[in-house]
Amino acid sequence: MTKTLKATQLTRRFGPNTAVNNVSFDLSKGEVLGFLGPNGAGKSTTMRMLTGNLAPTEGQVEICGINIIEDPKSAKAKIGYLPEMRPLYKEFKVNEFLKIAAKLHNVPNKKINESIDTAMEKCGLTHMRDRLIENLSNGYQQRVGIAQAIIHNPEIVILDEPTVGLDPIQIREIRKLIKDIGKEHSVILSTHILPEVEIVCDRVQIIDRGNLVFHGSIEDLKQQRRGNKLLVGMKKPPTLKKLQALFDVVKLEKQDDLLHIIQFKSMDIDVEAFIKASIKEKWGLFQISPHITSLEDTFVQLTNQ
Amino acid sequence: MNMILNIAMKEIKSFFVTPMGWIIIALITAAFGWNYFIGVNNYFEVMSGAIRPAERVGVTIYVGQTVYGSASFLMLFAVPLLSMRLISEERRQQTLPFLFSAPISIIEIVLGKFFGLFAFLAIMVLYIFVMLSTLNIWADIDFGYLIANTFGLFLLVGSFAAIGIYFSSLTSQPIIAAILSFIFAVTLFILERYFASQPNHWFSYISLMKHFQTFSRGVISSKDIIYFILFISTFLVLTIRRLDADRLRG
Repeated sequence: MTKTLKATQLTRRFGPNTAVNNVSFDLSKGEVLGFLGPNGAGKSTTMRMLTGNLAPTEGQVEICGINIIEDPKSAKAKIGYLPEMRPLYKEFKVNEFLKIAAKLHNVPNKKINESIDTAMEKCGLTHMRDRLIENLSNGYQQRVGIAQAIIHNPEIVILDEPTVGLDPIQIREIRKLIKDIGKEHSVILSTHILPEVEIVCDRVQIIDRGNLVFHGSIEDLKQQRRGNKLLVGMKKPPTLKKLQALFDVVKLEKQDDLLHIIQFKSMDIDVEAFIKASIKEKWGLFQISPHITSLEDTFVQLTNQ
Repeated sequence: MNMILNIAMKEIKSFFVTPMGWIIIALITAAFGWNYFIGVNNYFEVMSGAIRPAERVGVTIYVGQTVYGSASFLMLFAVPLLSMRLISEERRQQTLPFLFSAPISIIEIVLGKFFGLFAFLAIMVLYIFVMLSTLNIWADIDFGYLIANTFGLFLLVGSFAAIGIYFSSLTSQPIIAAILSFIFAVTLFILERYFASQPNHWFSYISLMKHFQTFSRGVISSKDIIYFILFISTFLVLTIRRLDADRLRG
């Protein structure tokens, strides 16, 4: 797979504060990368550096092999960016604004109308083309923001919290749109809505206080969540000692009168043996499932908060 | 070059999609028209009162002085009102990332915005030229005088525009940008008057008025052209540096 973006040891300091510290990652074609982090973790700062809006204190950004500091124009031509505060000239109509966006992104004159139509169609804006941006609802303004980011058919689309402030239906549509964009382009998506990452992204990285604390595929994240716990419902639960005599159990945690969380030592739990034992010992087993830590818990664990 | 044009077009468009552009054009052209009318009206009255031949001046100079004298003064008010939003509004609405992440250099952004405003102001400057040219219908007017004045006024409004764009880049409040650039432009414009007793003092050399006066006498002097061009470039360079600092310092 071809690498479309490569960030090496990005560092950004604002006076004595380090906003982003030694962050390296890359992005392949046709991949959606989720960028997670609590508020003020350095997500937006990283994105501003990737798009050439902010000069990194140290480190390099390469867009399709072009260094953004040495040749900003060619590098920027390959990026579509939607910042957190969507940059819209609200005094213009939707199609006028997109026309400006297309022109400023070097779309050849002949193709401008075509690219405006495609972008509007993708973002579901076609019936809003003659409306003033100022008069559009929040969700539609966000779509205009996304439309301006994809108008020149860039290799990389960078979206900073694209679903903030939208209603659930719009969020669904925008997520679907992002997935569609991700098929042809590379997408970097920052968010603090955790389920969004699982739905939309192929890969995740979590940043906390400027440092990259997790970097891997969605599967890795799920693995991290699944862990070594079982959620077991028993009418006559055994004591921890009795359990430990039979299995490598570390902890027995009571969730309520009947439900228990049993933490095993290793990741591969012999569930079958556990069920057999429970029948033999008459624990009154009525429910058993792997205990999945919520994404929030994983997130909190990773960011040590 | 192409990009400068694109940005300039965007700025011109945005002057005309809001009432601001139309209102200022309307007010300014009405004021010019009124001065023109007064000039023509008074001409015969004043000239018939002038007994000695030395007191008599041509109609071009008489009407031209009235109109161009007021034009330089009116532009002093109009330009800050037009220039104030150029960058500060982008800061306020947080739209600068739109320009910064497009494949355009900061130089192109600033030049585009400057020429956009300049083109808008040029409408008014050319309007005066056309208006005064209508005198030619019944008189034989001195076009050289008109061209020199037009040229001077172009350079003068260009200087005001450069000041305006610089102060607009400093703040995110358009009204503060307007006030600052107005004060600054007025100071530079009238500096010469306060140093009238010392015409060779360097303060009077940096005054815009002193250099504009040459053109209003009908003289196109390279010394004054260079002054205006240096003046405009200085403020454009300062603006570019200010915007570049955004990227570097954050």
